[in-house]
Amino acid sequence: MNLGENIRLAWEGLKANKMRALLTMLGIIIGISSVIGILTVGSGLSGSVTGSLSSLGAGNITIALQEREDEHPAMGPFGSLHNIDPTNLITDEMIGALSDRFGDAIVGVSLAEDAGSGQAKLEGRYANVSLVGVNTGYLDVNTIKLVKGRGFFNRDIEGMRNGVLVSDKLVNNLFGGDAASALGQELIVYLDDEILAFNIIGVYEYEVSPVMGLTTSSERDIYTSLYLPVTTAKKLGGAESGYTSFTITAAGSTDSIALATQAEDFMNRYYANNPDYRVTAMSMESLLESVNAVMGAISIALSLIAGISLVVGGIGVMNIMLVSVTERTREIGTRKALGATNSNIRGQFIVESMIICLIGGVIGIIFGAILGYIGSLLVGMVALPSLSSIALSVGFSLAIGIFFGYYPANKAALLDPIEALRYE
Amino acid sequence: MQNLIIQMSTIVKRFYIGEPNELEVLHGIDLTVEKGEFLSIVGVSGSGKTTLMNIIGALDRATEGSYILNNTVIEEAEDEELSAIRNRQVGFVFQNFNLIPRTNALKNVELPMMYAGVNQRRRTERAKELLAMVGMEERMNHRPNELSGGEKQRVAIARAMANDPAIILADEPTGSLDSKTGRLVMDLFHQLNREQGKTIILITHNSELAGETGRILTMHDGLLFDEQEVTRHEPG
Ligand SMILES: Nc1ncnc2c1ncn2[C@@H]1O[C@H](COP(=O)(O)OP(=O)(O)O)[C@@H](O)[C@H]1O
Ligand SMILES: [Mg+2]
Repeated sequence: MNLGENIRLAWEGLKANKMRALLTMLGIIIGISSVIGILTVGSGLSGSVTGSLSSLGAGNITIALQEREDEHPAMGPFGSLHNIDPTNLITDEMIGALSDRFGDAIVGVSLAEDAGSGQAKLEGRYANVSLVGVNTGYLDVNTIKLVKGRGFFNRDIEGMRNGVLVSDKLVNNLFGGDAASALGQELIVYLDDEILAFNIIGVYEYEVSPVMGLTTSSERDIYTSLYLPVTTAKKLGGAESGYTSFTITAAGSTDSIALATQAEDFMNRYYANNPDYRVTAMSMESLLESVNAVMGAISIALSLIAGISLVVGGIGVMNIMLVSVTERTREIGTRKALGATNSNIRGQFIVESMIICLIGGVIGIIFGAILGYIGSLLVGMVALPSLSSIALSVGFSLAIGIFFGYYPANKAALLDPIEALRYE
Repeated sequence: MQNLIIQMSTIVKRFYIGEPNELEVLHGIDLTVEKGEFLSIVGVSGSGKTTLMNIIGALDRATEGSYILNNTVIEEAEDEELSAIRNRQVGFVFQNFNLIPRTNALKNVELPMMYAGVNQRRRTERAKELLAMVGMEERMNHRPNELSGGEKQRVAIARAMANDPAIILADEPTGSLDSKTGRLVMDLFHQLNREQGKTIILITHNSELAGETGRILTMHDGLLFDEQEVTRHEPG
């Protein structure tokens, strides 16, 4: 029938009873605004986590050895392979062959060798350090910023020199924050069973890692990395002539997820006949994707819970529609006498209930956007509701209007016109 | 045959009020009305006039008997068909006006045209014409509660005329009006009957107004009599 007319009638009905309309809409408003708020905060949160992870290098691919029966690659601080026979390690030749094979697609190769941890001491002051042997590409691949001095050159690596990079935090603790004066100084590091002397060639900016940032420790006891040439680290660690893992950086134009697969296949040719180990590659991008997927799933689950209040809101709408049908019994009788069919009457009341829900939904979207904006400010990444979440909310409001409006509307449609006209 | 608009024979209406009780309100009504007739039905309250009127207007179905309205056999018609008949062939005028309260006079008159699927522009045009005809064009933007009883009834008559029905059914249309405004409403019916040839059935308690119509029928305990027959059955 005439939709415009129904909308006008419904609008007039609502205007005539503003307070009642508002109270009726409250459930819908609360439901929609919490759904929108949660989705918005969720997207802000995932934006900020994505941002932190990308700052570690979105194009990075970590290639690591993995025991064949094990599910986890030997990556990061949790994955060191213990008691590995050195013949199984990834060699410089393999890495060189990989770089040659993929050429321009790889813009950097980063090697890191864990060389234990200890304490650097100077005139009674101390700083905790983890010794990490690295190659020339390491700083670029891991986006480490130098604040003073220089990074490693080939001659440092090839000559197994004892020049090291220290963090600005260490400079704070040992040299009173003066990075310039730290350069060229000797640094004595006490390990469990030996004492080493290094020469400071550069100072880098310490950054809290997004994962480790959650663990708190005092400024003084903080552990920072001490970077030394990878060859020097190997010499300290013993005879091992290889790596359990390394990281490459894909060129900006390269699909890093695809490159990861290809690199993994390439490396695994060296391990085809190895009964114990194989190689896995994981790109930061696919890690980002899975983090985003998890965050998305969490915010959808939360908004579904918030959506329960929409059901409560819908029941409120149904209640008020039933009251409205009773109040307008005579009107319904009159309309039928004037030629309205049952479906005309049903349509009129369903449209009315949809409009109540739609207005409630729109108000809810506005409130939800405000809540989400504030919430996302708090998690550190400003976000506004996405178009899809707005479209979803509008659609959902209309669906609630239809679902909960149907019963009262049908009741109105099936009223006997004679009874309705006699109704006092 | 051609000029008969209503042919009713042995119409019985029972209401079922709870399982064991059934209330027979109409006991077998025979009624034929020609096109263009203006007739009135009188009778005491509770005698079944409104019940008969609802059946004539296809708002209700008879329990027994046969009824042909303008060539449609009502007993065989679907509910949807009855809606269409009420919409296009019948114009109801009620004692208590039954205007839609939340909406203005113009929209009230447009209502039957809306259900008939007439477009908005045409609807407004015709509604204004009809309101002009009943002398209410100045008040078309007023809501029912801003109108007097006589004004409401004139709007209701304009609404009854919206889809140019063949027959107008007026159930005590002057019952809530003073005699002066009642007169005005009665004059409108005469005009519609005379100038547009509408068939009009008027239920009234006012024997003076009934006397102005072409034929007077009396409802008595669910049976319909000509005036002469009534005097025969009930001397005095
Ligand atoms: N829907 C109904 N259910 C039960 N009884 C009804 C119904 N409609 C009318 N009646 C009864 O039928 C009788 C006739 O009513 P009605 O046709 O309204 O009389 P009138 O219009 O002549 O005053 C009354 O006794 C009334 O109570
Ligand atoms: Mg009556």
